[in-house]
Order: sequence, then C-alpha cells, then structure tokens
Amino acid sequence: MANEKEWRAAKKTDGQTALLANHIRHDIIRMLAQSKSGHPGGSLSASDIVASLFTSGTMNFDAENPSWEDRDHFLLSKGHAAPVLYALYHQLGWISDADLMTLRQLDSKLQGHPDSHALPGIDVCAGSLGQGLSVAAGEALGFLLDAKASGEEPTHVFVLLGDGEMQEGSNWEALMFAAHQNLTNLTAILDLNNLQIDGFVTEVNSLGDIDAKIKAFGWNVLHVNGHDVAEIKDALVKGRSLTDAPTMIICDTIKGKGVSFMENQAKWHGSAPNEEQANEAIAELDQQKVDIEKEYGVTEADVPFATMRK
Amino acid sequence: MATEATKKAAQSAAKEATRAAFGETLVELCKEGLDVVAVDADLAGSTTLAKLASYDPDRLVDVGIAEQNMVGVAAGLSVTGHIAFTGSFAVFGTGRCYDQIRNTVADANLNVKICPTHAGITVGEDGATHQMLEDISLMRGLPNMRVLVPADFHATKACLKLAAKEWGPVYVRMGRYPVAPVYDSSVVAEFEGANVLREDAAAGGAAAGDGATKSLTIFACGVEVSEALQAADILAEKGIEATVVDVYCIKPINKKVIVEQAKKTGRVLTVEEHSIYGGLGSAVAEVLSENSPTPVKMLGMTTFGTSAPGGVVLHHFGLDAEGIARAAEEFCA
Repeated sequence: MANEKEWRAAKKTDGQTALLANHIRHDIIRMLAQSKSGHPGGSLSASDIVASLFTSGTMNFDAENPSWEDRDHFLLSKGHAAPVLYALYHQLGWISDADLMTLRQLDSKLQGHPDSHALPGIDVCAGSLGQGLSVAAGEALGFLLDAKASGEEPTHVFVLLGDGEMQEGSNWEALMFAAHQNLTNLTAILDLNNLQIDGFVTEVNSLGDIDAKIKAFGWNVLHVNGHDVAEIKDALVKGRSLTDAPTMIICDTIKGKGVSFMENQAKWHGSAPNEEQANEAIAELDQQKVDIEKEYGVTEADVPFATMRK
Repeated sequence: MATEATKKAAQSAAKEATRAAFGETLVELCKEGLDVVAVDADLAGSTTLAKLASYDPDRLVDVGIAEQNMVGVAAGLSVTGHIAFTGSFAVFGTGRCYDQIRNTVADANLNVKICPTHAGITVGEDGATHQMLEDISLMRGLPNMRVLVPADFHATKACLKLAAKEWGPVYVRMGRYPVAPVYDSSVVAEFEGANVLREDAAAGGAAAGDGATKSLTIFACGVEVSEALQAADILAEKGIEATVVDVYCIKPINKKVIVEQAKKTGRVLTVEEHSIYGGLGSAVAEVLSENSPTPVKMLGMTTFGTSAPGGVVLHHFGLDAEGIARAAEEFCA
C-alpha cells in the first residue's frame, strides 16, 4: 500500500466482502432450517470464496442482469453447495427472501442442486460431481475460439470445485486438457475443506500433495487461506493476470466455517439444523458480524448490493 | 429393367458405411455458415471427423482418450453458442460418459449432438467389448434426447443436418459396416420420421392376420433396413408379402405410421443390431400395445457379440437378410 488512505480503502473493501460472506452464512442457515434438508458444511466453507469472487472486481457481471451476455461465467461444480449460490443470488437481489424459504420444495426455483432451467446465470445442471471442470474448460475453449474470430479479450470462466470431487477421474481428464489447450481464461477454485461424506478426505482417499499434482498437470497454482477475503481476492486478480496457463486457486477452508458446532464435522455435510441449532448458529453469526464491523470499521450500510436485495 | 444380378452388382459397388458421412457432412454444415465444433476422443480417423480438422483445425477438438471430458467440453462449447458434436465409438461415446450425457447435457437441454460411430455387432472383428448394443435404450430413456438411426450414407447426412439445425440434444447412431444404398442424395430427415420403403400391395384386402394372407410388416433401423429389404425379396419368392418400414427416428417415434402399417398385415417383425431390451423393438411394442395390440416378434441381440467380419457376425446372429427371412417365414407359418 502506498499510503494510509489506500490501506484504509482496501481494508474497508475487505470488510464489505466479509460482511457479504456473513450475510450469505445467515441466509444458508435460515434456508436450511426452513427446508429441513440440504448441505450446510460445504456451503459455509465456500461462503468467503463466493463473496470474494463477486466483490473482487475480477469477474465481469451485471448485478442488474444475471443473464448479461458479456458476463464472465461462474460454475459451481460442487453442486450440493447450492445454498451458498442461492444465498449469493439473494444478496444480489436475483431471488427474493421468500424464494429462499422455498428451498427444495415443490415448484421452487431453488432445486436441491442448481438447475439451469430454474434460475438465470446457471449454465448447466450441477450435482453429479466431477463434471464442472470439463464444462468450464469447454466454455473457456469456446470463448477463446470466439476471441480469435473477434480479436477481443476472451470471456473468463471461473469454476468452484470441492476437494472430495477431485477423487473423480474426470477432473484429471479436464486438468490435462485445460493445460494442453492453454486455457488461460480459466480459473478453478478448490474449496479444500478436507471433508467428504464418509470422513476426512485424507483418510477416505487422500489427494496427496494436491499443489504439486495440479502444478505437474501444467497449471499455475496459488494457495491461500480460504477464509481470508483479502488473500482470496488478491489471488483471483493475480490468477486472471497469468497468461501462460490456466490457474487453480487452492483455498484452505474449514467445513461448516462460522458455526462452531458444524465446523470440521463430516456429519454436517448433508444434514440441516433444527430450529434450536439454527438459532444457536444465527447467534454466532450475529456476533461475527459485530466483530467484522469492529475490525474493519464497516456498518450494515456497507454490505455490497444491499440496495438490490428483495 | 436391370436383372437381379446387375442390381446387386450396382448396389455392392456403391456400399458405404454410415460413418463415412460424418466428417463430410460437418464440413458441409460449416460451409453453410453453421458454427459447428466437434469433440473427439482419439478416434478422429475412424469416425471420419479428421475431415473436419482438415477443413479447419479449430473445428475439431481432440481430447485424447477421455470420453467423460469429451462430453463435458462439448457441453461447455454449446453454452458458448457453438453447435457441439461428440464422436468416439458408440460403446465409449455413450457408456463411458453416460452420466455426463444424462446430468449435464440432457438435463440442461444443451445443444450437444451425441454422434458416435461403430455401433452394433457389425463393428465385426473387434468383438464384444467394441460392439455397442445398449446405446439406443440408454439414449431413449433420457428426457430431451432425440434418437436417430440412419439406414445408409445419404440418410446419415440427412440426420446429421437435422441434428445440427434443431436445438437440443440429439443422438445419431452410425456404423462402420458398408451398407447398400437405400436412399439417394435427395433424402431428408425429420423428427418422427419413418419411411415405408416397400408396401405389401395385397395387404388389407383379406382380414389381417387371418392366416389366409401371408403378410407381415417389418420395422427396421440402421443397417437392418437394407437387410430387411433384401429379406422381403426372399420372402416374396416364397409367397410372403413383407412391408418394410425404416424407423430411423426412434424417438420421437411416428406412432401413426407404426399403427397403420401394423394394422395392414396384423404381424410385426422388428429388426435391429441392438439389444431387444429398450431398442427399436421395445419402442415399436410400446406404441402397438398402447394403441393397437398386434403380435410382435423382435429380432435383435440378447447376448454380447463376437469377433468376425461384420457380415459374418450379422449372419451368425440371424440378423442378415437370410436370417430375417427365416424368422419372418416361421412367424407367418
């Protein structure tokens, strides 16, 4: 930072991102408590990542038009974390609070896993693991072909992967392909929370030295704390600027982050909190909000997209 | 009028595999201005998609031996507005990546055309692991997916053009076995299409299925259309009149033609180089049992295939003209 003014501005921006992530976590707990079904663990672990992506200034999107043709594309490969996407959509005003309360119910736009027919800005139906990276690679290639024809900068594609789904062989097909095709307009983000349904990833079927493996496949690798929004945003900016290979940002995260009794517990992968548990979780998130406001010098009025919310 | 011998010689000279139409047709579509991109998995020579790469290298993406990624990449290309075709052999291009086709392509109704070659037992020498017999049933079960099984080279061109010009997922089944021409270059394809190629002139006169009229209706698809037409010649010599219908569009299927042609003879024989479970035979039986119950005999596969030249394998499983005629004769007895 060149001076104190810049430092304060950056800090305030990070505070805004952290506030957005806190709002997203509130929404996740509220909607799951209502639906009594869904996946809190992997949604909470990815909240800071998603909030950072949409406030980093790296990704082109139009908050007023989720289907904007020239937008950069975002795919949620770990489709079971749909609540984090729906919470983001709520914060952006793309769905209403009433919509949130319909999660997983008949006729809801909020299907158990993201449905491309139900909501704008969702390119493909996700949920069967190990497919998002191939689709993102295909999109990146398609945009490169378009850019070659038009002479313009290619649209960028971001895809959020889970560490459990890295056990799917199809991801390694896609990793090899993306590097071979030099898809520099592709950024993958890995939510490394080290938990899957049957236990710790390192115990079920370890990914081993994941950084070395991804690098060996010909990718740029950036490794950050997945709950430090400043680190995540810096990595997103840097990743996009690298033009020699696709980039993977590996984020160390805690499954269930923000709700103490859910943190690092495999059992909270796919079970919803009851009313009492939800109240306890909300109380914790409320306290975290106070802490964020204090730490970063921000207030509720600083929450990004607050005026868009329905 | 040409003698049988000269007719056969002409047909034999012009035999071509349906796969031969693949690369050539995609090049034509590109020249028409369609934004076609194909994705293959290390089989571009065999699928003939290499022709597309010769025309424009950017139009063919070879992912190597990675069929799951092939379908995922095609899905991504379609999201960005390209008309995406996949290749590979039918056994790998549907089975290995069925989940990608189901959950990514079909569910999202993407503009992806699943077009593998080397389907069925006529793959021949490569044997059972390479002879896909369940692809029609796999693809037919998927919402949004249309299923086309063209009979010859020109029909394949027509089906590929239809697939390219209509939105959404389409399955086009192609083979490597050289097949006698059934159509000329004027043939066009449409969804719910079915062509009555040979009609039993006498049918409908006597009460259908009364035993006095020895006639039947053969519904066939793919290479079996040509075999069924030849079987009809054999049957005619034995006093059995066969109507032959090419049901090249298995989904959505033409119920009207199936019911009409079944009613005319009262006996239905289905022929496919595919499992009888879930393929053309099942599709025809579904239509008839709901709309016009008719005795149906299904010719097709119930086991895995085996190695031998394609024609020998067809004969071995009773799916050549001779085998079809024999089954029809027994059915009419």
